[in-house]
Amino acid sequence: MKKRILAVFLALASLMCLLGGCGGATTKNPNTSDETTNSSRVELNEITVGIAQDLDDSLDPYQMADAGTREVLFNVFEGLVKPDSDGNYVCAVASDYNVSDDGLVYTFTLRDGVVFHNGAACTTDDVLYSFETCAATSVTAAVVSALSAISEIKAEGSNIVITLTTPNPDFISYVSSVYIVPKDYTGHATQPVGTGPFKFVSHSIQENFIIERHDAYYGDGAKLSKVTYKVYEDITALYTALNSGALDLAAHISADQAAALTNGYNILEGTMNLVQALYLNHSFAPFSDVRVRQALCYAIDVDGILDITADGHGTKLGSSMYPAFGKYFDPALAEAYPHNVEKAKQLLSEAGYPNGFTFTITVPSNYTPHVDTAIVMVEQLKKVGITAEINQVDWNTWVEDTYGKRNFEGTVCGFDASTLNASALLARWVSTSSKNMINFASEEYDQAFAAAQSATDEAEQTKYYKQCLQILSDTAANVYTQDLADFVAINPKLEGFKFYPMYVMDMSLLSYTK
Amino acid sequence: MKYAAKKLCTLIITLFIVSLLAFLAFQVIPGDPTTQMLGTEATEEARAALRAELGLDRPVHIRYFEWLSGFVRGDFGTSYSYRIPVSDMLADKLPITFILTIMSFAFTVILSIPLGILAGSARSKVMDVIITVIDQITMSIPAFFIGILACFIFGNIFALFVPGDFVSYKESWGACLGYMVLPALSIAIPRVAMTVRMLRSSILSESDKDYVRTAHSRGNHRRAIMVRHVLKNALIPVITFLAVSAAEIMTGSIIIEQVFTIPGISRLLLTSISGRDFPVVQAIVVIIAAWIVIVNFVADLLYQLVDPRIRLK
Repeated sequence: MKKRILAVFLALASLMCLLGGCGGATTKNPNTSDETTNSSRVELNEITVGIAQDLDDSLDPYQMADAGTREVLFNVFEGLVKPDSDGNYVCAVASDYNVSDDGLVYTFTLRDGVVFHNGAACTTDDVLYSFETCAATSVTAAVVSALSAISEIKAEGSNIVITLTTPNPDFISYVSSVYIVPKDYTGHATQPVGTGPFKFVSHSIQENFIIERHDAYYGDGAKLSKVTYKVYEDITALYTALNSGALDLAAHISADQAAALTNGYNILEGTMNLVQALYLNHSFAPFSDVRVRQALCYAIDVDGILDITADGHGTKLGSSMYPAFGKYFDPALAEAYPHNVEKAKQLLSEAGYPNGFTFTITVPSNYTPHVDTAIVMVEQLKKVGITAEINQVDWNTWVEDTYGKRNFEGTVCGFDASTLNASALLARWVSTSSKNMINFASEEYDQAFAAAQSATDEAEQTKYYKQCLQILSDTAANVYTQDLADFVAINPKLEGFKFYPMYVMDMSLLSYTK
Repeated sequence: MKYAAKKLCTLIITLFIVSLLAFLAFQVIPGDPTTQMLGTEATEEARAALRAELGLDRPVHIRYFEWLSGFVRGDFGTSYSYRIPVSDMLADKLPITFILTIMSFAFTVILSIPLGILAGSARSKVMDVIITVIDQITMSIPAFFIGILACFIFGNIFALFVPGDFVSYKESWGACLGYMVLPALSIAIPRVAMTVRMLRSSILSESDKDYVRTAHSRGNHRRAIMVRHVLKNALIPVITFLAVSAAEIMTGSIIIEQVFTIPGISRLLLTSISGRDFPVVQAIVVIIAAWIVIVNFVADLLYQLVDPRIRLK
């Protein structure tokens, strides 16, 4: 009895604490500490950015594997060309380039006055070394394979001439992945040196990552003098710090967090640039039948998922392409399978599963949005008689077992484009691809993709890529859901932030308003 | 002396078993450090080359003994993820966890002994009830929850500190210790409650003994009896309990470091496990095990010191 009274008392006490807390949080406005720390940062012209994971892979430009690492080092490294926020390629270390009419010879002119962060001037030797090293050591298979098509690369005066064995309309996007580094410098893993608008200063493990303005940058360069990335354990810890005013910028926060932010920061909404779907293993019996896959597409209500998981934010997809690729993205595909429980049941009976079946959805547990999506899907699938169970695994297990060994039935995850071209998203579904985790096999698709790859004309290539997307939709290769909404919270005194069609944050654009 | 030698043997054997178990666990769970290092887009050749470079292509027992012989010679290996020596990483992170451990241990001792004496010698019934109730409550709240509440109340509502805005001792000792106060208290509070409860019951049961009545009858003052007679005996179990607590405080910091975003070894341990950064995990696991064994050893010695009747064999 005594214990029960205590339990009630304890519950009341903690409830009061929480209620008191909520009341306080909503009435209290930007705290005073926020003002003081921020104003000193404004004076020093520096900002603090929160990131939810450490840069714990290599900092080497060709070895970095995490999207989070690329996002930060985008400010440190540059290729001969680099993408801008519209997805076009603009000149960087090269001042100009042209392509021969047959699409085989690329001539880049090295820009005058490009200086590495270590003070050395960039020469054609450095460029040749970078291409050679990248081809030999890159961890991105697509880049390695694109560079292997180079039959000759040589320097002519201040020009670099690259000759290909076969034309590749995407080649320039791979050139942007070949970051230019000083010849024979091997310390990148812990002390990266590039030509970008910011230079690396220091990295304290699980504490921070600091970059500073590269004063000898050839272009307009960075407006801020210093950017400190503070490493947080997870997005929740990051959010707490953000809300208390310790940060000037934080990306990838959720819709709920963005809405609950009380410190007057501006919220910008973009997209994550990834293809989230319930990926289905076509080797698993029910999913080998196209009618079953279509039934799943009809059974799952993507709008319902968006409403429940992100307050309606996010972009519906319908195929393996996200809207940042305006050229290829077709919004009509997102409506190919409108929510229809009856139709789904009918298709299931036709396929011989009138009473549904049971399968497991594997989800990497560290990605909350994917877990949330899977949970909603389970409920939606129940209505057509399909019992889905969720199996949460850690990221490493997912990569090795689910992705690598294709040991799964269904999985909710997102694929992004490692290079800024359509084939980064579409090459994996070719039946012979080693990354074809769903065991998708369609002759028609293989032909369309091959045709797109060998096309020299851009319009023709686009046509074939669109055909690929149509095939993925028609065959209901996967249950495509959404490109997740990406929320960025930013100090209202900062201006110039731009979303990129890829997973990067360009710090050189940011500045404090006068 | 013989006793110390025996304990040293136990220490070595324990560490050996712990390191072996940690090593074997990594063979059982799926996942591969090359995944963390190279990502999902790497070619199989690149992966195989890296495996060979790290020596992961060789048999398990050879790798274990290689690690062991390196460890014995003080070479903890190189982190897979960060490509820097593990010893450098530990030199950076160990002091942080150590400060936290020492600080919460200090809080535990400083708070629990006076409170325990107060509770044990409380004359009024009301006082006794109040202490017991508070004691029960604080004992039943896990440290991490106290931590979350503390973050919320002191961080978000009163804005006394910024949760997650940790300052390293290398930058400012004052700011670092200041930041550690709440995490240290969060770990200490449930421990304090337990110690108070123990000391209270220990004092109460000692107070009922004959020698206390005799002291009374000789006309000693109540306070003098408490200090000179009761406490001397009542503290014996408490001291050993506190010593054992020191071991648990270190492990308790694993969760608290997550709650307060303190970049100590516990956070390093967790991220290294998910990144399959085996050399780092191995080193930290062994350090934690060593700490626990050593602290228990010290507890045994203390036990003997405060109560000479106990002989260690």
